[in-house]
Amino acid sequence: MNKKREGFRAGEYIIFGAVTLAIMALCVCIGSVNVPLSEFTNSVIIKTVRLPRVLCVALVGASLSVGGAAMQGLLKNPLADGATLGVSGGASLGAVLAMAFGITIPGIPFAGSVVMSMALAFVSLVIVLSLAYKLDYSLSTNTIILLGVIYSMFVTSITSLLVTFAGEKVRDIMFWTLGSLSGSRYSDAIMLAAALLIFGGILMAKSRELNAFAIGEDNARHVGVNVRGVKFTVLICVSALIGVCVSVGGTIGFVGLVTPHMLRMIVGPNHKRLLPASVFGGASFLMLADLIARTLLNPRELSIGVITSFVGALLFVWIFYTSRRSKK
Amino acid sequence: MTMLDVRNLTVSYGKLIVADNLNLSLESGQWLMLVGPNGAGKSSIVSAISGGTEYTGNVTCLGKSVKDYKPNDYAKLVGVLTQSHSVGYSYTVEEVVRLGRYAHSPGLFAGKSDADDAAVEDAIQRAGLEPYLRQSVLTLSGGELQRTFLAQVFAQNPKILILDEPTNHLDLQYQRDIFQLIREWLKEPERAIISVVHDLSLAKAYGTHALLINKGKTLAYGEIGEVLTREKLREAYSIDVYEWFSELYGQWQN
Repeated sequence: MNKKREGFRAGEYIIFGAVTLAIMALCVCIGSVNVPLSEFTNSVIIKTVRLPRVLCVALVGASLSVGGAAMQGLLKNPLADGATLGVSGGASLGAVLAMAFGITIPGIPFAGSVVMSMALAFVSLVIVLSLAYKLDYSLSTNTIILLGVIYSMFVTSITSLLVTFAGEKVRDIMFWTLGSLSGSRYSDAIMLAAALLIFGGILMAKSRELNAFAIGEDNARHVGVNVRGVKFTVLICVSALIGVCVSVGGTIGFVGLVTPHMLRMIVGPNHKRLLPASVFGGASFLMLADLIARTLLNPRELSIGVITSFVGALLFVWIFYTSRRSKK
Repeated sequence: MTMLDVRNLTVSYGKLIVADNLNLSLESGQWLMLVGPNGAGKSSIVSAISGGTEYTGNVTCLGKSVKDYKPNDYAKLVGVLTQSHSVGYSYTVEEVVRLGRYAHSPGLFAGKSDADDAAVEDAIQRAGLEPYLRQSVLTLSGGELQRTFLAQVFAQNPKILILDEPTNHLDLQYQRDIFQLIREWLKEPERAIISVVHDLSLAKAYGTHALLINKGKTLAYGEIGEVLTREKLREAYSIDVYEWFSELYGQWQN
């Protein structure tokens, strides 16, 4: 039996990394003002505006994709994503709560909304999943997504209510919900990078367990996986990743759905390969989406969520359609 | 040697008691068949033993309460093969089989030791899966998929094998293949099997012992020949099973 290593190989890291860097260079140079790569180091626009934005976009894309891939493995459900499970909605409610009631952590700016986003993302996941378990122990695709979408509507209505009564804080909140990633700073990038390193790292360390869940939760238990412990760890990490992304850039739907699905076709479903690939693939996908959002109607700028939701919704229907057909 | 000891096992879903105060013990070399009509509670018993269902009573494995084992330590002693599998993604046969080594080397960089490679290779050979190694499990037939999970449990190398109707919906040749492979597996020392089987002929052909239950209660327990008697089967199934089978299988004699 010839042995094949399961993990991501050095050559693949180099190829995926090179593609991601090339896309990053492209995104930094092109915009409302095009800057050639040779003037990279002395352009003020690049240093203060475009580079931090592109970095944040890349990190958000990577984080959302890793989180999405992990959820899809854990729940054995290719349609699981922050948006379809109501987690992003919960996270934005958290951020709005923090802003409306002025919840802050002294000394660290924005920490209040980050922590609240993470906490409500986790609470949302637990609510949706425990309701789904109660209704349908096998956690079928349809039950989870239905509950997630309804939960999303519910928290969105609470968010709107809060915004209505927020008084003079409304401007902060509106700025955040509309702002997406255009006003990102280096400090945001550092926070995103730290979250990806810690929580993405923990998820990658759980690759074998995620593989077991993706084959089936009962099978995972039978081969000796600590099912409850792993589930809890993965849910915490996913909530943290989505919470940080939402607190920085608002809800950007379907990124965690689109990239893992495309990457599974290239590297296969094994999480030892899928999760590292999702870091690069998610970064590339969102940087390109951001580039389109910035340049399509130049000088006007689209919201990045418009692009991802457009692609994501179409893909969602396609996955749903093909998976239903294959069951017959 | 007593491999598994079950005392006063009771499983209930709400008010419905599906297993009522059952006792059994499994010695090495035994193949214990759980038999009884639909809804008798057979699957609930094996699910409780494998840790998938809440229960009251005591289940001890090699002298230690099952609840005191860590999940991966328990998986080194007890392996499970269920009747159906719906894998979500296109994992290869090799990846699914290799997962059986999880309990022996949990953790990040594990699963690559020589012992693991040898166990996976041996399991794949035994189950005759060499031609399918790189094939996606989504493209396998029911019989091939069941052999893949059988190879996984071989790679896991437990001492006790729990089977829950492993060949229920398989074609006859696969049914025979799988039962023969499992009988071979049992020949090594310090191994035992407990299985739920719907087909009484299979139970009689392969089992050494049997537990006959109806509506969660024990009707008979002991060596296979003493349990599957005409009177006791009539009590469980309310028909004369001997007469029915003689009539049914008589058609094949010529």
